Amino acid sequence: MAWTKQILRVNLTNGDVSVEPLNMGWAQEYLGQRGLATRYFVAEVDPTVDALGPDNKLIMATGPLTGTMASTGGRYSVITKSPLTGTIACSNSGGFIGAALKNAGWDMIIFEGKAPSPVYLYVEDDKVEILPADDLWGKSVWEADELIHKKHQDPQIRISCVGRAAESGCLFSAIVNDLHRAAGRSGVGTVMASKNLKAVAVRGTKGVGNIKDPIRFMREVTAQKKVLADNAVTGQGLPTYGTQVLMNVINEMGALPTRNMREVKFEGAHSVSGEAMHEKRKTDGKPNLTRNAGCFGCTIACGRISTVDQGHFSVANKPEYWGNSGGLEYEAAWALGPDTGVDDLDALTYVNFLCNEDGFDPISYGSTVAAAMELYDMGVITKEDTGGIELTFGSAEALVKVTELTAKGEGFGKILGLGSKRMCEKYGHPELSMTVKGQEFPAYDPRGIQGMGLTYATSNRGACHLRSYTVASEVLGIPVKTDPLETDGKPELVIAFQDATAAVDSSGLCLFTTFAWSLENIAPQIDAACEGDWSVEKCAEVGARIWNLERDFNMRAGLTGADDTLPKRLLKDAANVGPAQGKVAGLDLMLPKYYELRGWTTDGQLTDETRSRYRLPA
Amino acid sequence: MLMKSLYINPEKCTGCLQCEMACSFENEGVFNPARSRIKVFTFHDAGRFVPYTCTQCDEAWCMKACPVEAIVLNAATGSKDIINDRCVGCKVCTIACPFGTVNYNSASGKVIKCDLCGGNPQCAQACPTGAITYIDADATGLERMRLWATKTDTAHHAAA
Ligand code: SF4
Ligand code: SF4
Repeated sequence: MAWTKQILRVNLTNGDVSVEPLNMGWAQEYLGQRGLATRYFVAEVDPTVDALGPDNKLIMATGPLTGTMASTGGRYSVITKSPLTGTIACSNSGGFIGAALKNAGWDMIIFEGKAPSPVYLYVEDDKVEILPADDLWGKSVWEADELIHKKHQDPQIRISCVGRAAESGCLFSAIVNDLHRAAGRSGVGTVMASKNLKAVAVRGTKGVGNIKDPIRFMREVTAQKKVLADNAVTGQGLPTYGTQVLMNVINEMGALPTRNMREVKFEGAHSVSGEAMHEKRKTDGKPNLTRNAGCFGCTIACGRISTVDQGHFSVANKPEYWGNSGGLEYEAAWALGPDTGVDDLDALTYVNFLCNEDGFDPISYGSTVAAAMELYDMGVITKEDTGGIELTFGSAEALVKVTELTAKGEGFGKILGLGSKRMCEKYGHPELSMTVKGQEFPAYDPRGIQGMGLTYATSNRGACHLRSYTVASEVLGIPVKTDPLETDGKPELVIAFQDATAAVDSSGLCLFTTFAWSLENIAPQIDAACEGDWSVEKCAEVGARIWNLERDFNMRAGLTGADDTLPKRLLKDAANVGPAQGKVAGLDLMLPKYYELRGWTTDGQLTDETRSRYRLPA
Repeated sequence: MLMKSLYINPEKCTGCLQCEMACSFENEGVFNPARSRIKVFTFHDAGRFVPYTCTQCDEAWCMKACPVEAIVLNAATGSKDIINDRCVGCKVCTIACPFGTVNYNSASGKVIKCDLCGGNPQCAQACPTGAITYIDADATGLERMRLWATKTDTAHHAAA
């Protein structure tokens, strides 16, 4: 079992709250969280729906292992249609709210409609109330979080919230939970704000039981915790450096996209690396990094808790930013740093704080700033557009200023809030947008890590590293080392990663476990907890089914195989230095094989045969 | 037999709550931090996580306050245990304990507190960082002494 088998449906238009039993037939086919919520979404929402209209729905879903002692079992996901990409969006977050939702007795909450005025949802076990949020609207996530805690006089409430970025329509807004964890990508926060839903506050005291075989479950969980502890990446690298362990590694490979991907190596990489976060600052003798932290149930604890130097220009005279908060993770550090050419660690940390405080995705944001800097460099954008800001590559001052504007949805920040695709189109240079399906790239240049090119091009939510993280194999040799410059064998690799990832994302566990775990380690934990038979093969099949279901939704939403592509810069301009020098992203060498192996047509459409193989809805 | 006690080192704690889940699973059969006898407090601004639970006082306020002798000394472990059948839910012990580690459980109408899991505390077993250990009660300061010893070891510093 492990599912609570109950879901909440909240109609924001008329204020109805209803309870439904979980569809257990679907749970056997889609497991939970990402997969199961997508199944509900596909059944209920027209793929051509306006993402920001009242007919779009938004689902917050846990997995069957969320709230259990399985290491990292605290995840939840937000599923909706993305306003940024027009595809299915599924953003995953850790922290503590997922476990709180489960402890309150709910597998998922389905939000539909649009509230007539700002509201927040308060859930205390079975008590569910839609409460007015007029006083919270216009406040940052951090302010709203404090106000809600005060109002209910309960420090143990867990809160997911949108900030001023989402309220003002920034298309890559996040839903931030527990102050600095986020369902970050694809604009899920923008959808939440479009429903006038400011926050979801949860207090759960029922506990998570329903474990099929508790003794076997605890035995598996204990054994698998040890595997994480003994592994060099999950036992040492991630706790010590977080995901930032990668900054220097990827730079050395010549795969660190720099200055809007014009270059592949950043001269300032070390100053913004995981190692640099440990170095004592000259000014106050403290390192940027205070300590590492875990999400609910996590025995890896990759989280960064950081401070900004109190004397740094970004926070001088702003004591509210002098305390500890969520520090830089690799993707954020890259987008805000190397991609914009800024090598000032304190500035990046402050900007990252603002991304959390007002809820916007630092990857999409940093990449959009990078594109704007290139436009400024070319003279297409001038100080007149930016409101006087000299938006040059490498300027920490400019980065800080435009971030403060984006957080509040003011001035040039409003333009940046469009995301790089729409912004570049607006200024007549669509080729400068480093996006796939409208979503910005993360921190791996596909010229130097070829599998990531196919990953980005075929990702169901637009460019994303978390759909098939072949970096694990191509860079770190997990589970086997493959040559990052080679395209042969990558379609197979990408498919295996995509399917396994979809299963992990549906379980309640964190993807970072897969540096040490494969489905061989994960399936036994699911099997001991959940009714039914959860073999490795079944988990992989569930993953493939989810992948095809998401793809099917996207095709019905109007996307085609032509959207499975990369920006010209990566397909035509070769890397200028490093091991990948002279290489472009070899997408054409991989995509046809990928379609074939997926059982799709040569133009990327699902066939009836594939549909029936996975028992997808007609 | 040497008496053991829980030794908590907040420096090591990452706030993962494995301890709270292990505690509630052992005592309630479900994973439920809200019913854990050990609590981890987050001090967000300071960037600290601090686990806290009963220290099993020798002269336990809770035990002395209980009017029905529902709290008794476990001679084997030194813990002060609740006898559920005797507890009348008067909550006097929750007032008497200066540390707040005895708490009322509205679901059962009884109080709950740490009983060292009968000598095999599950929180210490579950903790991935060594922030909670179950060690010789007379030497809980050893680790800190060792740490300071390395700092005062000037020969070592000169060599390094
Ligand atoms: S590995 Fe990191 S992101 Fe994943 S659950 Fe643990 S702390 Fe959270
Ligand atoms: S299990 Fe250990 S590291 Fe995790 S919260 Fe408890 S004391 Fe802290």
